[in-house]
Amino acid sequence: MANIYDTIVIGAGHNGLTAAAYLAKAGQRVLVLERRSVVGGSVVTEEVWPGFRVDTVQHRGELRAEVVRELNLMQHGLPPTRVGGLCALQPDGDALTLSPDIPTSVQSIARFSKADAEKWPRFVKQMDLIAGFLKEVYAHTFPRVPKVDPAEAPVLAQLGLKLRGLGRKEMMEALRILPMSLTELLDEWFESDALKGAVGARGVHGLCQGSLSAGTALLLLHHWANSNGLFQSTVSGGVGQMTQALARAAQAYGAEIRTGAEVAQICVSDGRATGVRLASGDEIPARRVVSAADPRRTFLRLVGPLELDPEFVWAVQNIKLRGCVAKVHFALDSLPEFRGAAGRALHGTIVVAPSLLYLERAYDAAKYGGLSEQPYLEITIPSLTDPSLAPPGKHVMSVHVQYAAYRGETDDWRSEIERRVIATLSLYSPNLQSLISHLHVLTPRDLEREYALTEGNLYHGEMMLDQILFMRPVPGWSQYRTPIEGLWLCGPGVHPGGGVSGMPGRNAARQILKG
Amino acid sequence: MLKGTPFHPRTSALNETHSWRRWSGYLAAGSYELTHEREYWAIRNSAALFDVSPLFKYHLSGPDAETLLNRVVTRDIRRLAVGQVYYTPWCDSHGKVIDDGTVSRLDAQRFRLTSAEPNYRWLCLNAVGLNVHIEDVSEQIAALALQGPKSRLILDSISSPPITNLKYFRLAHTRIAGLPVTVSRTGYTGDLGYELWCEARDAVALWDALMEAGHDHGITPAGILALDVARVEAGLLLLDVDYVSAHKAVIEAQKSSPFELNLGWTVNLDKPNFVGKKALLEEKARGPAWRFVGLEIEWPSLERLFLEEGLPPQLPNVTVRASVPISSMGRQVGYASSSTWSPLLKKYIALAHVEAAHAQPGNLLMYEIMVQHKHRYTPARVVELPFFNPERKKA
Amino acid sequence: MPNTYDALIIGGGHNGLVHAAYLARAGKKVVVLEKRHLVGGAAVTEEIYPGFKFTEFSYVVSLLRPEIIRDLQLPKHGLTILPLPSTFTPLPNGDYLATWDDHDKTRREIARHSLKDAEAYDEYSRQMARMAMAVKPILGMIPPDPTALSPKDLFGLAKLGGHAASLSEKDFYNLAKLMTMSAADLLDEWFETEALKGTKSASGIIGTFLGPRSPGTAYVLLHHYMGEIDGVFRAWGFAKGGTGGISNAIANAARALGAEIRLNAPVAQIIVKNGRAVGVALESGEEIYAKYVSSSLDPKRTFLKLTDPKHLPADFVEAIRRYKIRGSSGKVNLALSGLPNFTALPGEGALHRGAISISPSVDYLERAYDDAKYGRFSRRPYIDCIIPSMIDPDMAPPGQHVMSCFVQYAPFAHEGGWDDAKREAFGDAVVDTLAEYAPNLKSLILYRQVLVPPDIERITGLTEGNIFAGELALHQLFFLRPVPGYTNYRTPIANLWQCGSGTHPGGGIMGASGRLAALELLKDWK
Repeated sequence: MANIYDTIVIGAGHNGLTAAAYLAKAGQRVLVLERRSVVGGSVVTEEVWPGFRVDTVQHRGELRAEVVRELNLMQHGLPPTRVGGLCALQPDGDALTLSPDIPTSVQSIARFSKADAEKWPRFVKQMDLIAGFLKEVYAHTFPRVPKVDPAEAPVLAQLGLKLRGLGRKEMMEALRILPMSLTELLDEWFESDALKGAVGARGVHGLCQGSLSAGTALLLLHHWANSNGLFQSTVSGGVGQMTQALARAAQAYGAEIRTGAEVAQICVSDGRATGVRLASGDEIPARRVVSAADPRRTFLRLVGPLELDPEFVWAVQNIKLRGCVAKVHFALDSLPEFRGAAGRALHGTIVVAPSLLYLERAYDAAKYGGLSEQPYLEITIPSLTDPSLAPPGKHVMSVHVQYAAYRGETDDWRSEIERRVIATLSLYSPNLQSLISHLHVLTPRDLEREYALTEGNLYHGEMMLDQILFMRPVPGWSQYRTPIEGLWLCGPGVHPGGGVSGMPGRNAARQILKG
Repeated sequence: MLKGTPFHPRTSALNETHSWRRWSGYLAAGSYELTHEREYWAIRNSAALFDVSPLFKYHLSGPDAETLLNRVVTRDIRRLAVGQVYYTPWCDSHGKVIDDGTVSRLDAQRFRLTSAEPNYRWLCLNAVGLNVHIEDVSEQIAALALQGPKSRLILDSISSPPITNLKYFRLAHTRIAGLPVTVSRTGYTGDLGYELWCEARDAVALWDALMEAGHDHGITPAGILALDVARVEAGLLLLDVDYVSAHKAVIEAQKSSPFELNLGWTVNLDKPNFVGKKALLEEKARGPAWRFVGLEIEWPSLERLFLEEGLPPQLPNVTVRASVPISSMGRQVGYASSSTWSPLLKKYIALAHVEAAHAQPGNLLMYEIMVQHKHRYTPARVVELPFFNPERKKA
Repeated sequence: MPNTYDALIIGGGHNGLVHAAYLARAGKKVVVLEKRHLVGGAAVTEEIYPGFKFTEFSYVVSLLRPEIIRDLQLPKHGLTILPLPSTFTPLPNGDYLATWDDHDKTRREIARHSLKDAEAYDEYSRQMARMAMAVKPILGMIPPDPTALSPKDLFGLAKLGGHAASLSEKDFYNLAKLMTMSAADLLDEWFETEALKGTKSASGIIGTFLGPRSPGTAYVLLHHYMGEIDGVFRAWGFAKGGTGGISNAIANAARALGAEIRLNAPVAQIIVKNGRAVGVALESGEEIYAKYVSSSLDPKRTFLKLTDPKHLPADFVEAIRRYKIRGSSGKVNLALSGLPNFTALPGEGALHRGAISISPSVDYLERAYDDAKYGRFSRRPYIDCIIPSMIDPDMAPPGQHVMSCFVQYAPFAHEGGWDDAKREAFGDAVVDTLAEYAPNLKSLILYRQVLVPPDIERITGLTEGNIFAGELALHQLFFLRPVPGYTNYRTPIANLWQCGSGTHPGGGIMGASGRLAALELLKDWK
């Protein structure tokens, strides 16, 4: 068995590929197995209609600088990313435009509230500070608590120092803010609904909670840490370029990637992972299996409950994965007009979240398993910055739709989502409807079926206070290891969680290499 | 109101003491007569009839029923033949005992599990992903235990077909007084005996049929007090008395592994993964910290302690379900969890947890006893369990 | 100066009284100033309707620290706590769910709804009791400041860390989850019966302005298991004479120890000289001086109303302004000519001697919250009732009854403001909701007292009518209560102390804040 694989990675999403690249770079013989015909997982650009290339699931984001640097991704064809602005459409036909450039933002905010404009730089500074601390936390395997392993004490001490390094006041602020609701946090700072809605939307992005739910400030900070601020990056050629570059890097380091290879089972013998069995029936032995699939899928479907303790199975069943996102993609004959916004304002992210209350009302439906009548929308038109994504003169537009609660989905949801999204968008873009040549809806169930996202949850586990740090994916198993010896996790279901960063994959690989 | 069992119309009429014990939310007779002595002797001499309906009973059926049970209990259920019964404990993931009971294979894909405490939720937690139907039949099924040397004779006279050849820990489906009854050769007395399982609605008729058939053979309804003496003689465990369920224990020290309960023989470490296997493998390798042993209190010393106070030996007249310190060389090395006077053996005996180093049969330990309001220690010898093991039990 | 004391306590609520009693016990000359004509604050019993004694605001006791009962010899001074053993939840389908005082009876009752839940209930209760054991030392601890580097704070942190490390991993994780989860999510892990989840989660929203699905509500559930581990009384108890009985017992104890209690003495301002609190000015103009001034009022009232802001650092004032104290509950107190008859379990029975909870499901509570978050009282509210006269016959004339209904949600800031019409509409909503389950209720009502948050604020002085003198939200607990840096009962003003529910551990008739503050003050006494 000399040529047995050191590691099989299940899933060629950005975290699976990241882990594979790091392991291969360290000299391991690595095989990546992807069930779809393309790599990328939920960070993928697909030709949905001839000539239209669409970011089908995640439509924004950037890999953490460490990952880009350590894996030489630029050399492997990662196009430069560009941070875009945020354009918040308002029902009265106005639009609030925020950008990484603080004076520009202040100017735009001032049209809504002078007081808010004045506070904006301080707010950004404080959020940067706390998010900076989170970034530090995210760069490590979270130490085991409450009985700290002496080997990990330095990491804990380092994080403690970093926290104290924020300064006494800011440290207390960090502790105070994390469990707060978006409404509590933003009400302390601002008065403008437009501003609070635009900022607050990031705090419920991908989460089945409303702006009044405690702990939503955490998600705002999480996204803030992952995207180095409120603003999200665009990648020329689509987000799929990131996973393409990762795949090339992994291959360059010697990893083998097999697409169309669905893993049906993780083989376990005497509590040890010995390899995988594919849906085709083929068995591939390996010294180690690293799963980028979500923990629920990994343990309950691929390993199977019989190999696991019932208490562990119970904990895995209790992972909250309540998907609440639908996607709607449009092929457009030309660029739609948006009231109050034009030109470069549309190049970044466009958001329909005119107030925190709007977000809360949208959430109300999901709370009872329904679909928001007036959903929160996050819109991108990538063909504006990269015309090659659509035929000349035409455009492709992707919409992230919240809330559509997985647990209540019925067969008519695809048409319902289409109706509600077009109706809502038409309030802001009167000519949109006339420009649609194609349209593609992904309901939470579609996301589950097509992209193996259990319950349609983008983050493989909600980013909530009780599902982060040492409690992710389940308390006691936060260090990428699992109760099955030789089986590891490396997806967003583990620390530091969801979004495009590559950190779960990187941290997992580093932990594996430590042994 | 506590519930009466399906036999309550009969047992309540017979209960001269009107002192009911609480057993899993049911009324259970402590003893029917004013003392339990005659009821005890019926177990060892003729036949005693116990109402054991308060046991929890579950039916597990479906293609994965065997897999589920094999995952939960420590014995290898794949080897359990149709018509066979296993006594077995089951553990949590740390290899600590949750409960113990019997598993009967009624059919290739149908089992009955009995337990002292509710276990429905635990079974469900273990059944994730399995195709098995779990049904709590505790209230639907009435149960009697007919125990004692004459039990076979009595049953044979009314059972069709007869159960003459029914082997130890086997079961048979028969008719008694025209009622469908499952008879298993099992019990909680360590004697020749049977347990009878029937639909709750048939309970009274079954009781009457047995009492009538047993009349000339000395059948005697018996209560918990008599049973408690017999089960200590037989070295059989009682949950909440001899051990604490791992689900209820507040601290680790309250939990016990099967090895620590003298149940090592029930642990099959060769079968596929089951709950607690890993921990039990490790424990087996390093050896258990505790042992569960029999103690015989040395009578002459005991007598002397009382004589020093000018008293004849005074012992409790029922089984003591309380912790009694056991020491060696002045250091506490364990505790007795059940102690009783054995009327048959004429010995004061106890079931005790002792540190493994002190568990060798023949070892002399000190048993704490109160003599005229003073704490005293009296020697007690470690012996193999059970204390009493008649050949007729298995013959 | 005849008007000079060692210590002066503003507010004669239970915390102020406990605080005074402990100081008096240490030999200090103490005066308590209470604005009303009776002591008790929110723990008062008043004969609002002739012959009927209403436990006007707070109505049950679960958390009163046993050490206070022992230290102050409260039973000698009239404290009798009677058990309130059951909870009865009538359901819209005509059925009910109850938990009784007996284990087997409760198991059978829950098993009627779900066998799995009946068993889970035992394990859940055991786990909560373990968590209560784990949290108890923290409740008795003076919160250290994690940002400070003083030896005392570092020692406190080390103690806290040591306590955490002394827990088993399993307990630690469960505690971490409990501190961060929503009540609904926690209960979803354990149970499937809607009524059970509804009734249990209701205790997680009491006094908060959150729905049961919002994170942070699970922690409040834990408070309900605190009483049990002390083994002194059951989780829930009812004080003879109502909660006023508790206040009177503590007041009697304080007086016996030499404390002076002045009624009808509302404080207008705290007198600060040279950065030091030296006394107070009453609304009457009278000035009373003392070496130390302790306020048992909520932080907003103490610092924003009674203190001239010029004596306080600006960021402290800002932090107090941010302190969340939204009132979310109301009270409806009824004088009844007889007992309500519940269709689900007709006739007089054990249910009338326990809590009656209108909480059929988590969704029901969430919908009640939906009304409130958009600024209206719940059309179909969560109601927690007890019938004190069934436990203590002195509460009403023979054969007649008083019924205390705690109601959520009633937002302090009601859309368009509260007025008499809205108050009555709120009372109607409560009575109508109850009458769906006990149709004879309406015909029994002799008198109805409806209290909405502004009423609670007006009568008791609790800002916004918040019953916990500050919401029990995660960012307002432990070293964050009431504001970071001032969690050790001290304030930015020398010799001015805080001892009310707005400080750690806060909320409920616990008395712990008053006691801990007194012990800390005595340590500091110069």
